[in-house]
Amino acid sequence: MTLRVTDLAVARGGVPVLDGVTFAVAPGTALILRGPNGAGKTTLLRCIAGLQPPLSGRIDGAEETIAYAGHADGLKAMLSVRENLEFWAQVFGQTDIAPALIAYDLEPLQNRLAGTLSAGQKRRLGLARLMVTGRPVWVLDEPTVSLDVAAVELFAAAVTAHLAGGGMALIATHINLGLDAQTFDITPFRAKLSQRSAASDEAFL
Amino acid sequence: MIALLRRDLMLAFRAGGGFGLGLAFFLIVTVLVPFSVGPQSDLLATIAPGVLWLGALLACLLSLDRLLALDFEDGTLDLLATAPLPLEAALSVKALSHWLTTGLPLVLAAPLLGVMLNLAPSGYLWLVASLGLGTPALSAIGAFGAALTVGIKRGGLLMSLLVLPLYVPTLIFGAETARRGAMGLDATTPLILLAGITFGTIALMPFASAAVLRMTLR
Repeated sequence: MTLRVTDLAVARGGVPVLDGVTFAVAPGTALILRGPNGAGKTTLLRCIAGLQPPLSGRIDGAEETIAYAGHADGLKAMLSVRENLEFWAQVFGQTDIAPALIAYDLEPLQNRLAGTLSAGQKRRLGLARLMVTGRPVWVLDEPTVSLDVAAVELFAAAVTAHLAGGGMALIATHINLGLDAQTFDITPFRAKLSQRSAASDEAFL
Repeated sequence: MIALLRRDLMLAFRAGGGFGLGLAFFLIVTVLVPFSVGPQSDLLATIAPGVLWLGALLACLLSLDRLLALDFEDGTLDLLATAPLPLEAALSVKALSHWLTTGLPLVLAAPLLGVMLNLAPSGYLWLVASLGLGTPALSAIGAFGAALTVGIKRGGLLMSLLVLPLYVPTLIFGAETARRGAMGLDATTPLILLAGITFGTIALMPFASAAVLRMTLR
């Protein structure tokens, strides 16, 4: 099974930002998305995750296979690290959270409330959530924000292990993760200004 | 679904979870009414069913803000929308946990507050029955209002304006049931209508809520 995006156009706030995006991610490989701020990386990833409909084009192999991690980690401050992770495991029908705790070095923290963690520790917990979803395609939006060098290495190791198990990853990032992965620059796919006046249903939303 | 319900209840009971907010508001309103009306026990007995129902409705409304807004802010809603659980089911569970933490305590506290408002003895059973049947509708409609306004910062006022008209039928039939019961009349007709509204709302509202939530999440 391959994640395949064909001639995709996406809009943000009713304004088309990307047009004609085409790429594929095969099992066991990762794709790094590059592009300056505001280029439309987040919009593209939200679209692939199914959070917003595309303007046109096709996304194949994305039904019930995506584990999405956006800018926010979806953590509850008043639940412990373990409770947060167990909740997401149950939502995705999984039971074993131990590998995720080990992979991100969260075991010593597992009984702390998530609200008392540092920004980097919260991020690690948010990334550990991906491992308890059991989904093959990881769609990650700036996963390394507030991570230190050691934590970035933990993250790269987790992604490598995921790929080795036949998983896929689509990562928007600005830093070099040290992964053996192809890079895809979305800058050339910026939507033309003439398309930006396209009609939108935004007024009714 | 059970995991979501358990998490929501756990959050409600932990510090800052907002459990008891609606109940405290309900207590304050109904305790203050006898002071503002004055020592006329006949008048109090007449208005008691209406005051109790209005207090319960406003208490429900007060806590709707928290129903989805907190999950939206920390990104949980985005992640839930990509989870295998259908959004309709997730919103039903959210409405249920709202009822368990807000509606049910109101139902249980109402008889006690009926005493303070000099409610006629024949009215207690009908009051509890009407609140028990009516408040689930308030939570289900409230989840719809919360889904509509979740993307708006400080959307509480807008949500109140949108939700209050939808609450009117529930209020009318609920208060009518309690009033007739207190006067010793037959109250089955409004109670059956109230039950109809509630079951219809519970069955249909999750679909409407999920549809608008998908739009607000875009």
